[in-house]
Amino acid sequence: MNKVVQNAKEAIQGVESGMTFLLGGFGLCGIPENSISALRDSGIKDLTCVSNNAGVDDFGLGLLLQTKQIKKMISSYVGENKTFEQQFLSGELEVDLVPQGTLAERIRAGGAGIPAFFTPAGVGTKVAEGKEIRSFDGKEYLMEKALKGDFAFVKAAKGDAYGNLQFSKTAANFNPMMATAGKITVAEVDELVPVGSLDPDQVHIPGIYVQRIFQGVNYEKRIEQLTVRSN
Amino acid sequence: MWSREEMAMQAALEIEDGYTVNLGIGIPTLVSNYIPSEKSVLLQSENGLLGMGPFPEEKDVNPDLINAGKQTVTAVPGASFFSSADSFAMIRGQHVDLTILGAMEVDQNGDIANWMIPGKMVKGMGGAMDLVASAKKVIVLMQHTNKKGESKLLKKCSLPLTGKNCVTKVITNLGKLEVKEGSFIVHEMAEGVTKEMISQATEGEIKFS
Repeated sequence: MNKVVQNAKEAIQGVESGMTFLLGGFGLCGIPENSISALRDSGIKDLTCVSNNAGVDDFGLGLLLQTKQIKKMISSYVGENKTFEQQFLSGELEVDLVPQGTLAERIRAGGAGIPAFFTPAGVGTKVAEGKEIRSFDGKEYLMEKALKGDFAFVKAAKGDAYGNLQFSKTAANFNPMMATAGKITVAEVDELVPVGSLDPDQVHIPGIYVQRIFQGVNYEKRIEQLTVRSN
Repeated sequence: MWSREEMAMQAALEIEDGYTVNLGIGIPTLVSNYIPSEKSVLLQSENGLLGMGPFPEEKDVNPDLINAGKQTVTAVPGASFFSSADSFAMIRGQHVDLTILGAMEVDQNGDIANWMIPGKMVKGMGGAMDLVASAKKVIVLMQHTNKKGESKLLKKCSLPLTGKNCVTKVITNLGKLEVKEGSFIVHEMAEGVTKEMISQATEGEIKFS
């Protein structure tokens, strides 16, 4: 049951070019900073990355875009990144834009053994093109398929050697369901605590979903839009 | 004509006591400044916060606490945090009473376009498609005409849609219009706006209540 590895380099053992990765975070909040750096250093290429956003030019997934390691992004919003824009417009980067709630549910479904589901989001839009539409109780829904990853990389505030995780505030975002949908889920935490010290009532993701865990280092936790009260 | 702040004030009047509301980016964000304190209202932010508060004081800034616009915010007493999957379960399951968002075009059937312009870099729809497909009420806050002076209230949207048949009200710099049975029904006009002015600025079918 001891899933602790020493660092990000050890945690990403087995990653290969062409794999699909799920990466937690919303904007730059709650992203697996250490794992992203280790993936950059590994030099693997042609990655498909599932992440709500694509980072900024010099941080988050932007780091893997700079080095052209990403072949395809599956995201809901990619607006804050010039490197992304250049690679997309030149045809080097493929992008699959998915409504945010659909993206979250596809990953949840992937982790929960549900192959597909019906949602109202996107009915009558480009998102519905080529998808099965079905009517339930007089309203139309479209079918969306589950998403899984060869690896999932998530960030939590606290975790233990069994892989139990606890998130902080809105840094949870996509991390909980991504943790459930990786063939190998790597969790990095601010603080690795002894088994038994997390109150079972306060475990957000049970350790069964996590294969490797480590305490991260040098977290920058960059703020994208610093807004304060003027008084 | 109404300023951005006056439009936000008008939208705040639509919020009832006990409502849970999701506010989009842009003018909709301003609406929170005008919700009267005697009304008990919770703001939902789709990145996983129910009970969003105002911007923090400098000393309270926390990188783990942001809104869907990636701005640092606070949580009010009674707030809760949850995953993105739970957040959109709340939205799709119609537990959120009202969505207020911006748009590039709205048409008389309640279709909305606000996420892409063909030929331009597409940034993504974010949570907008999920929000408009499921909210009980969808209010659009936008200017009545675009920069070229063309109407944004149309017979039929020309841009790729975000959602079909979902907008219930439009609040613009010229007035407040309900979208019902294939028409824009003017409920209120801003100071200095005449029936002729608002009719001329509206390409879609328009009626006066």
